[in-house]
Amino acid sequence: MAPGTNKGIIQLSDVTRTFGAFYALRKINAEIREGEFFSLLGPSGCGKTTLLRLIAGFDEPTSGAISIGGRPMAGIAANKRPTNMVFQSYAIFPHLNVAENVGYGLTTRKLSKAEIAAEVEKALAMVDLQGFGGRAAHELSGGQRQRVALARALVMRPKVVLLDEPLSALDKKLRDQMQVELRALQQSIGITFILVTHDQEEALIMSDRIAVMFEGEIAQMASPEQLYRRPRTKRVASFIGVMNFLPATFVAQGDDGVTVDITALGRVTIRPGMVPEVLNPATIDTIGIRPEMLTILSNDAEPAERSARGSVTGTSYYGDMTYYTVQLAGGGDPVTISMRNTAGRSVLPSGSPVTVGWGAESVVLFE
Amino acid sequence: MRGSGRRGAAKWLSVYAVTYMVFLYAPVILLPLFAFNDATVVAFPLSHFTTKWFVVLWQTEALHGAVRNSLMVALSTAVFSTVLGASAARAAARYRFPGKAPVMGFIMLPLVLPEIIVAVALLVPIMQMGLSLSLWTVIAGHVLICTPFSIAILSSAFQGFDTSLEEASLDLGETRLGTFRRVILPLVMPGIVSSLLICFTISLDEFIIAFFLTGTDVTLPVYIWSQLRFPTKLPSIMALGTILLALSVVLLVLAEWFRRRAARRQGIEASVTGGLV
Repeated sequence: MAPGTNKGIIQLSDVTRTFGAFYALRKINAEIREGEFFSLLGPSGCGKTTLLRLIAGFDEPTSGAISIGGRPMAGIAANKRPTNMVFQSYAIFPHLNVAENVGYGLTTRKLSKAEIAAEVEKALAMVDLQGFGGRAAHELSGGQRQRVALARALVMRPKVVLLDEPLSALDKKLRDQMQVELRALQQSIGITFILVTHDQEEALIMSDRIAVMFEGEIAQMASPEQLYRRPRTKRVASFIGVMNFLPATFVAQGDDGVTVDITALGRVTIRPGMVPEVLNPATIDTIGIRPEMLTILSNDAEPAERSARGSVTGTSYYGDMTYYTVQLAGGGDPVTISMRNTAGRSVLPSGSPVTVGWGAESVVLFE
Repeated sequence: MRGSGRRGAAKWLSVYAVTYMVFLYAPVILLPLFAFNDATVVAFPLSHFTTKWFVVLWQTEALHGAVRNSLMVALSTAVFSTVLGASAARAAARYRFPGKAPVMGFIMLPLVLPEIIVAVALLVPIMQMGLSLSLWTVIAGHVLICTPFSIAILSSAFQGFDTSLEEASLDLGETRLGTFRRVILPLVMPGIVSSLLICFTISLDEFIIAFFLTGTDVTLPVYIWSQLRFPTKLPSIMALGTILLALSVVLLVLAEWFRRRAARRQGIEASVTGGLV
């Protein structure tokens, strides 16, 4: 568990931002904790960037309040807030060199030239850019620009670093590498990071907690594992990773969980942890199950808690994994099953009849 | 067959281009030619080389007054037009407001209006209002025709300006004024210099508006026109023209150099006109 303390650093209470009749954000309530890596995840237009800009002070909420470090931020301009931003475009000042860019904010404080130079060198070392101070802005690669932008924010020693899709401009390899580095850096310096991203994988890898946003509202706020294992709504479930949805009907509710009839798989009792706190039996019509929670059983009768018959209708080969599309004999939409390509397991052709194994504890019931 | 046909067309095109250049620039070349010619009559054949017409210029008091007037008008015009142009270019690039397109079109209109129309249109209300004609009325006229040029030059600088640079500066604790001084101004400065130079040049050699709107103080082009009535003055006018020609070319080259540098700084491909003219 990375967050050093459980003390809140940013409080958002009923934060609303409208543009004319359009609600960009609707009554957002959240507390971001000191030292945590917090992600705002959602499709474009969900309000995540608007929220980040409200925290940075580039925009004011229509109603509601934001406080940082216990101080209300209403009427406090961006240049007076204890936050620093890494922009999506990086916003490196093109007429200044790397050292001047990183030291830009320090010149507004009462520091001597030597102190600024020392701070700048320290910040550059933090992002692995020692000795790059004299480089001109246009001589930097995409990854280096990103690091300079980060150093420029970190050198200010802000309470919170805001990152607006900082990796979206990088190619995949570099992005994967930066995700790990950024996470490691955040953990070593212990400053709160708030990341805006539309990439669920990125959010899962880097964050302590994630707020999934749709249409100006937080749909779910949880740790990556909770979010993946128990998405509260179908929408969250399909946004984070792949989820198979199967029609189901409510049977009974008891101390050991909720019993449902899954049309394609049969009757099952879902344990309390995978069931919404507030349950309305009348609205239950679907369950969810992740592709890796389904297994295609080999002919030599692998043990499985439960099983169902079906046939392969499609395969996607990924090298380490194969994703099968399987039509279950019991009906419903075809399900996706991911299988690790271990030694001795060959890829099944389309049309193969298969037995699908699954367990009751992997089934999710939605609100 | 096709190849040779294309080569033929290319040959004719180059002939056309050369002829075009000769028609356009030959008269201009006559200017320095006769400025250094030792004869009061402007005609071929040329006689000896001389610099005496430049000496005559040096000794003409009325000319010096006209030069002073022109410099004053051109400098004031350059400053006013660039300030107005910068404000308009930034507003156009940065803000959305009702009636933006017609407003901008209206500001750019003097670019295509015949100058004589502008001159007469300004003269009538100035007379009606009972204002006396002076160098200030000339400056007003010149600002009107120079501002569109200034906007055209500066809008490429402002349009390409990444607003997140401004936000980054604010985010790093700098004030709005500090942001303007440390980020915006340095990045658009080459465009500003280029605009000052172009407006200065346009104002310096503008005749029609200066002729209509000036009182007893004449600008250089108006002075030149008045001297053309005296045939003996012609060679010295040629000398004056030569100086002005050299000065205009230098200023325009400088202006374009600054404009391209501005575009390059912001990483914009330097098109010749910035897309507006």
